Amino acid sequence: MDPRTTFGSASDLGRALSGTGYLADDALATVTWLSLRLGRPLLMEGEPGTGKTALAEALAETMELPLIRLQCYEGIDATQALYDWDFPRQILHVRALEAVEGAATDAREVEDGLFDERFLLARPVLRALRDGPAVLLVDEVDRADDEFEAFLLEVLSTWQVTIPELGTVSAAVPPVVVLTSNRTRELHDALKRRCLYHWLEHPDIQRELAIVARRAPEVSAALADQVVRAVHGIRGDRELLKPPGVAETLDWARALHELGTRDLDTETAAATVGVVVKYREDVERVRGVLDTMLGR
Amino acid sequence: MSPAVRPPEEVLLGFARALRAAGVPVTADRERTYLAAVAAVGLDDQVAAYHAGRATLCASPADLDRHDHVYAEWFGGRSRPPAHGRAWARDVTRAGLAVAEQPTGGTTGDADTVRARASSQEVLRHRDIAAMSRRERDELGALFAALRPRSPRRRAHRHRAARRGSLDARRTLRSTLRRMGEPGEVSRRRRGSRPRRLVLLVDVSGSMSAYADALLRLAHAYCAAGVPTEVFTLGTRLTHVTRQLHQRDPERALVAAGGAIPDWSGGTRLAEGVQLFLDRWGRRGVARGAVVVVCSDGWERDRPEALGEQVRRLAAVAHRVVWVSPHRGRPGYEPVQGGIRAVLPHVDDLVAGHSLAAFEELTDVVARA
Repeated sequence: MDPRTTFGSASDLGRALSGTGYLADDALATVTWLSLRLGRPLLMEGEPGTGKTALAEALAETMELPLIRLQCYEGIDATQALYDWDFPRQILHVRALEAVEGAATDAREVEDGLFDERFLLARPVLRALRDGPAVLLVDEVDRADDEFEAFLLEVLSTWQVTIPELGTVSAAVPPVVVLTSNRTRELHDALKRRCLYHWLEHPDIQRELAIVARRAPEVSAALADQVVRAVHGIRGDRELLKPPGVAETLDWARALHELGTRDLDTETAAATVGVVVKYREDVERVRGVLDTMLGR
Repeated sequence: MSPAVRPPEEVLLGFARALRAAGVPVTADRERTYLAAVAAVGLDDQVAAYHAGRATLCASPADLDRHDHVYAEWFGGRSRPPAHGRAWARDVTRAGLAVAEQPTGGTTGDADTVRARASSQEVLRHRDIAAMSRRERDELGALFAALRPRSPRRRAHRHRAARRGSLDARRTLRSTLRRMGEPGEVSRRRRGSRPRRLVLLVDVSGSMSAYADALLRLAHAYCAAGVPTEVFTLGTRLTHVTRQLHQRDPERALVAAGGAIPDWSGGTRLAEGVQLFLDRWGRRGVARGAVVVVCSDGWERDRPEALGEQVRRLAAVAHRVVWVSPHRGRPGYEPVQGGIRAVLPHVDDLVAGHSLAAFEELTDVVARA
């Protein structure tokens, strides 16, 4: 299945995504569809908890493709992203050859046998190219170093990698690539130029309600409504160190449901606020906000 | 002249050019991608074409904002950009990425200027480098050239071969492999080191005006020495001047930085400046694990305890916080001033910043950090 032609239009894609429980607005559906159609990677930025990573998961599910995830971190290099040789097994192989009488003694032959596909440990990027089509999620690319970005750019523009001992591996069908970034570091412009860019916002109340209904169907509509409105109230406080994301809304709704809460009141809200905000300073502020919101 | 009679490519490319004129770095390949994207969604679907433009021509929230302005101007009544949720507007004000050089009279410079939130009056004044005589400039340049800033180091993630250290199984195996499985010398490895990031927050308010120029020169010396450095100025606004300072010639760099700083010798809102730095840049990663040098007299009139709180937050993410106070160099100096007393418990080093000798001491402190 070619990812380029799976969906006829952006609204088709949006509908398919909502089938998996991921509710994308028109802008996101359009940009994602374009990235599939043009075969360009999609660079997603936005506040934490707005569904950047979830989009890749939903895409993989709708298109029935394997999701291959590469989590970036400081100091990540090609051996963790691309491939590595399985040295212990190569040694074993050499030892085994020695043990067998009359086995190949030609050094060259032994060497060729050593750098064989079966001793190759394929890391995420190579897997995405070789076993494609697939969805490749390069998560938190801003955490990696500049050198890694340059390497990524090379792969994303040519869709091939060269392994000196084996030759060039190129993708028959280029993978669908989603990159996410929290903007802790400005990405290099060359990488950005290669990608389509989208900034994800926190969803509005209606959309977030729909998300809760889809992702946490056990939660009653009335409770979901209260939780979503409370979270929106909390997000409205600009002094917060870290505004809660959709994941926190879902966690909170589920937590309250588990507690058997039917109606969100000041006490239960205060007791469970640790699910929504994770900083001591924020907890204090949010208690104040909730008191005025729920005090009625 | 109706835009409808023009060929669509001309209208679209014209839009891309207008966007470039507004400060978005639109390159030729981006224009090509833009045309391909609009062709893919279809010209008649204006909403989709609008999103295609945002995705292909922009690369940051600031770009998106500029795009929307130019889009409204260029396509005018023909097609309005769909209204955005208020969340978007919120993020812009909080992140404070100002729209630079808008045709509709933007007041901010090209650098990312963040407007501090308080209402205390701000004085916008650009630094006048021309007022300095040629001899003075040459003298300063020579003095700063003698300064040798060194980078603080951190332990790297990657290992390097070493004579002593932990066993390097991979290299040992590889050399064994080379000998066809015959065991040989054991290789060892150690973690290497890499330069640690340095963040300079330079107070350019009125009370620091005598020192700010020299401090920016110091910042330039760090940039020129290849130390990974981010430089911000604090006054009534927070201005990111790293890009301006990354020029080889110190004079040009200082002129560029001076042009970018809109609040030279103005008032000061130190606590809010540090808070904005933390929210917009610091906690996201710029200050994490970095050596943060704050160059200020700590003159916070209204709320010294607020400044103390922000510096505590700063110290919680930074590797080390160094406070440079020009007054520290005076004989008989005691940190009695409200702001500096509030920050002292959270500061690792307090050094003077009033003379070149003091700067040498500062470079030592930074290199050891």
